[in-house]
Amino acid sequence: MKRKLVIILTLMICSSFMISAQTFALTDSFRNSIYNPGPLKPLDSLLKVKVGDRAPGFSLPSVSGKIISLSDYRDKKIVVLSFVPAAWTPVCSDQWPGYNIVEELFEEQNAVLLGITVDNIPTLFSWIQQMGDLWFPVLSDFWPHGAVADSFGLLRTDGVAERALVVIDKNGIISYIGVGDINVRPPLEVLIKELQKLNSK
Amino acid sequence: MKTIKFGRIIIACTFMITILGCANHLVAADRDILALDNQLPAIKLTTPEDQSLRNFLGLPEKESFSVEEIKCEILIIEIFSMYCPHCQKDAPAINELYELIESDKKVAGRVKMIGIGTGNSAFEIDVFKKKYKIPFPLFADADFTVHEYLGNVRTPYFIGICNQGKIKNRIFFSQLSGFNGAEKFLDTVLKASNCKQEK
Repeated sequence: MKRKLVIILTLMICSSFMISAQTFALTDSFRNSIYNPGPLKPLDSLLKVKVGDRAPGFSLPSVSGKIISLSDYRDKKIVVLSFVPAAWTPVCSDQWPGYNIVEELFEEQNAVLLGITVDNIPTLFSWIQQMGDLWFPVLSDFWPHGAVADSFGLLRTDGVAERALVVIDKNGIISYIGVGDINVRPPLEVLIKELQKLNSK
Repeated sequence: MKTIKFGRIIIACTFMITILGCANHLVAADRDILALDNQLPAIKLTTPEDQSLRNFLGLPEKESFSVEEIKCEILIIEIFSMYCPHCQKDAPAINELYELIESDKKVAGRVKMIGIGTGNSAFEIDVFKKKYKIPFPLFADADFTVHEYLGNVRTPYFIGICNQGKIKNRIFFSQLSGFNGAEKFLDTVLKASNCKQEK
């Protein structure tokens, strides 16, 4: 039993080193402005919700100044929550610029995207400027620190959020939770397929 | 006893593989793989399903191909990512470069272009292609294999290779970012190519 555990741990440690090579494949847009935290523990929290549960409600300030509540979209839109760990870090700094060119894909699926981090508004403001403005609202889960991330079970022990995608249907029920390795960007097709699946029901 | 030995062998092998992998990565990042006059590392790509793209590259119908099989004198490769804001911003101007090449009888057929989407899946490549109406072939590098071969460069990265002369796939142009417009870029690339003199 012990031997098996050692082997599994060894494989996990080694694969995290191998992944690190890909983590920092950065766009040149952020040259010299990204903090490199090195490879992080892939997962560091326990989910508090599951598919089929009602999503915990929230109201958070957005960078535009508006307060955005999950209930704003009730009976109107599918909501996609994109939790990313922190502003000015490698993978996060290219995940949202990618979403920035697929507004039509979200519209086709009658879905809105809400980006959420645990950073404060001034930090998010500067970061978004660097990304070249985003079409979707970016919300600050800064205070009480990470409370919304924590309500989903997505707050890590060091105070940042997991890299996670949560899809919530028009009735406020969670239809998909994707919590991936924090060091790796989730492929876009996984999310789009989940939206298509929800719309085909 | 045999099981213990087997377990130890697995652990030892895994560590060796990791160390070698990381060392290779570090060497790749340190050594200037894409320095001028180097040979482009051998990279394999999936053959496009679209026949017009296969015709453009002069490739037969088969599963994969090596970059050196592309029929041209000069090949311009853009290493990009759907997720890279510079790549998104440059996309229309890079399309202009393709149009410029194709509309110039002296250049068309001799100079070809491809894009390799680092860390991008086939779906993501397709999104980028449709979004910016990219007319030249784009290839997915979802698992970063090509990216690692090319020294983990940032994006967008432009590589010019010459298919003539003693060194096959000789790199004559290697530039991170800084696309300065179709005409200027093509002019710079053609001047730098020096392909004819090597013949």
